[in-house]
Amino acid sequence: MSFPILMKPLPLSLKDFNFIAEANKSNAPGGAASSKSVKQPPQKKDGPPVASSVAASERGVDRPVEKERKKDLPPPRMQFDDESRVGKAKRRSLLNQPEARNRVELFRHLPPHKNGSQLPYLESKFFELHEMHPSVYKVGLQYLTGDTSGGNARCIAMLQAFQEAIRDYSTPPEKTLNRDLTSKIGGFVSFLIECRPLSMSMGNAIRFLKSRIARLPLTLSESEAKAALCSDIDRFINEKIVLADKVILRHAATKIRDGDVLLTYGSSCVVEMILLYAHEIGKQFRVVVVDSRPMLEGQKLLRRLVAKGLSCTYTQLNAISYVMHEVTRVFLGASSIFSNGTVYSRVGTAPVAMVAHAFHVPVLVCCEAYKFHERVQLDSICFNELGDPDAVSKVPGRVDVNYLDNLTDKQKENLQLLNLKYDATPSDYISVIVTDYGMIPPTSVPVIVREYRKEYLLI
Amino acid sequence: MDFQVVVLAGGNSKNLTPLISKDVPKPLLPVANRPVLYYVLHQLRQSNLKDLIVVVEGEDAALHVGGWISKTFVDGLHVEIAAVPEDIGTAGALRAISHHLTAKDILVVSGDLVSDVPPGAVAATHRRHDAAVTAMLCSVPVSGSLESGSSGGKDKTRKPGRYNIIGLDPCKQFLLHIATGSEIEKDSRLQKHILHAVGQMEIRSDLMDAHMYAFKRSVLQEVLDQKDTFQSLKQDIVPYLVRSQLKSEALLNGISQAEENGNEKLSSPNNQVLVSKILANASTPSFHEPYSMEPDGSAQTRKTHKCCAYIASSSSYCVRLNSIQAFMDINRDVTGEADHLLSDNIIGPSPKLGTKTTVGPHCMLGEGSEMGDKCQVKRSVIGRHCRIGSHVKIVNSVVMNHVTIGDGCIIQGSVVCSNVQLQERVVLKDCLVGAGFVVTMGNEYKGESLARKEK
Repeated sequence: MSFPILMKPLPLSLKDFNFIAEANKSNAPGGAASSKSVKQPPQKKDGPPVASSVAASERGVDRPVEKERKKDLPPPRMQFDDESRVGKAKRRSLLNQPEARNRVELFRHLPPHKNGSQLPYLESKFFELHEMHPSVYKVGLQYLTGDTSGGNARCIAMLQAFQEAIRDYSTPPEKTLNRDLTSKIGGFVSFLIECRPLSMSMGNAIRFLKSRIARLPLTLSESEAKAALCSDIDRFINEKIVLADKVILRHAATKIRDGDVLLTYGSSCVVEMILLYAHEIGKQFRVVVVDSRPMLEGQKLLRRLVAKGLSCTYTQLNAISYVMHEVTRVFLGASSIFSNGTVYSRVGTAPVAMVAHAFHVPVLVCCEAYKFHERVQLDSICFNELGDPDAVSKVPGRVDVNYLDNLTDKQKENLQLLNLKYDATPSDYISVIVTDYGMIPPTSVPVIVREYRKEYLLI
Repeated sequence: MDFQVVVLAGGNSKNLTPLISKDVPKPLLPVANRPVLYYVLHQLRQSNLKDLIVVVEGEDAALHVGGWISKTFVDGLHVEIAAVPEDIGTAGALRAISHHLTAKDILVVSGDLVSDVPPGAVAATHRRHDAAVTAMLCSVPVSGSLESGSSGGKDKTRKPGRYNIIGLDPCKQFLLHIATGSEIEKDSRLQKHILHAVGQMEIRSDLMDAHMYAFKRSVLQEVLDQKDTFQSLKQDIVPYLVRSQLKSEALLNGISQAEENGNEKLSSPNNQVLVSKILANASTPSFHEPYSMEPDGSAQTRKTHKCCAYIASSSSYCVRLNSIQAFMDINRDVTGEADHLLSDNIIGPSPKLGTKTTVGPHCMLGEGSEMGDKCQVKRSVIGRHCRIGSHVKIVNSVVMNHVTIGDGCIIQGSVVCSNVQLQERVVLKDCLVGAGFVVTMGNEYKGESLARKEK
């Protein structure tokens, strides 16, 4: 391996960035304290990642605002190549962790894929998980089996499940609603993480929910508090997702002219809405849908677009440079956007953006603002999600293409399969990001994170 | 988890006539010296389901069952026994207790099911797909003893009707067609619109409906109220739900719709449509979707419901006790391959064996039994407090409690109920001896059913 620099996260970036971001609000000692508190990944999280730091920050509503903001920084992530921590996490987990078979060296620090083999174990424990609410359990099962995928849908499903859990919740005696409900939500979150690692949108939504719980006035009765929380969740979904999508539609539709050829990759719900909306208001354009194995998500998008009457072309990622010369705009979705403008999205987005840049085609990334994150990431390695490695070697519908099945065990030792789910697109390849706060260049993302994040946390 | 469990323990069964009597109703028929209902209840207790409703046909039977349950499961379970009139069928039984059902989903288990499949699996599948009914399917058990002679009189009347014809979708999660019993011998009718929606259906005859269902309560109560003529769950209600899954009547969804609408007062209908569209687009499309969408794309009025199937893995054991042959098979299996279903010793604490007596593997001897000299027991189950003479050969049989067997008897492939007395040198092959019968000495019976006349 010749990437020693890339493997260890650079000590400079994280600290410096937080320092710069915090310098405006806090004085130097405060900034230094914040940089110390956000150590490098060797510091592990215990239990649910968001709970520890956010719960610490929400202790006591009357703390000064600066200190809270410092502690809101993202907690260090669990690295899976440290044996002792993995062992501890294994003992605490609800699911059986699968044995790591033949993982690629470079990605050993990522949690191994939880394939469908977890399902029978979870099913047999169905009636024994007392602390789990049925709707949270259902959402977890849907994540595990891949029935629900896509940042917005996962976030909405999770929030709706939490809403039901809150409605059915009753405070046990001698406990306050704030702390007990926060710890309960923390339990749900760790269950969901074990089913499938959280997406950034879900992480932000959970932080929002916990801050709302912590800010509940103590004078409220239990039913009022529950009703307030449920309406907060509804408001979050409506404002941050539904309304944001509508605003994005309006902005992005102005960028589509008649006669355009629009290219999109994979299946992003926002991009699909944009294309359908533009078609409704009467713009004439063609769509090229680029897809890739093994997920083949573009096929679902293609089906829905064709059903509405758009003229579409379908191709795979290998043909991107052949198709790009006739494309006029590229619309991409994102799972999250980091503070240095890097777009974290489905694997394959980076090559699409790069080829578009080489052909001087403008790339528009459409993403709601609640998905922005303060993290900075320079590569796709230090944080990612691993998918099912066997999916790479199998072609659905072609059982004759199974060259890897006949390998002996000894041969299999030398072959490691890797299936990454996400990748990071550098900001140089992005022309503009369309958000509900308008159309911004990628360098303005930290501004939005800084200025508008505190707004909804403090409401 | 908002599930309520109903155990349908039945009471009388025409298939098992000589074995069942007024004192021994069907749920208390012993399998490996434990009543068959024990296996179901034990499994439910292990899955942490403590609140059950047990439905028994007939008042006396209900009393017996109730007494036994309270003796055996003193602490673990909280059971409500419901007695229903006889011969009203499984659907009728559910109708009778319908007002007791309050939870969101109901798990209906047949009391004669001996299996090691966790009920949580069926429940989890039900919840994951938000189904109206989920059925558990298992592979058809291999029946027939290893050394069976000519098939007994009972076997000749056994129809192949206990097999099912099951239609599944390509990913083996949804149930598209189910045909049971008598329908198999005639032509089976498939619903064309279901086939049209799915595109590809897999039809299997090696799967059996194991009679463990999970129902959505509203759907179940709706069907029970509307269709008065339905008598049986397995033959009427489940096939009806499977047939109508893409075209369920509006009433079926009216209740669920009202429940949903009551909760979402805060967001306007437009937002609701958008949210549900996002969720719908994100999930793997199932063949129900085109039927549930209105022309303008809103998914508000669903006219479909989902019927899921949970297929038990082939390594799990799952048999229903609904014929004599099944009774013999279960006894053999529970002491043999599937002995993980039992939780205690195979041989009771105090069997007294004479000299030169051999007891083969896969046998079970109850406590207090005594055997004479030179006996041979192979692959059999012997109950409690039996007195067995010498030179007796028992092969492949089930002997229940308090039986006296004289010297020199040969019992092969038979079932001998409680309190029976076999005098000397009796030969029984493939027979069924009812309770309290006395077989006079020197007789030979082949393939007969001997029962004392009810007074």
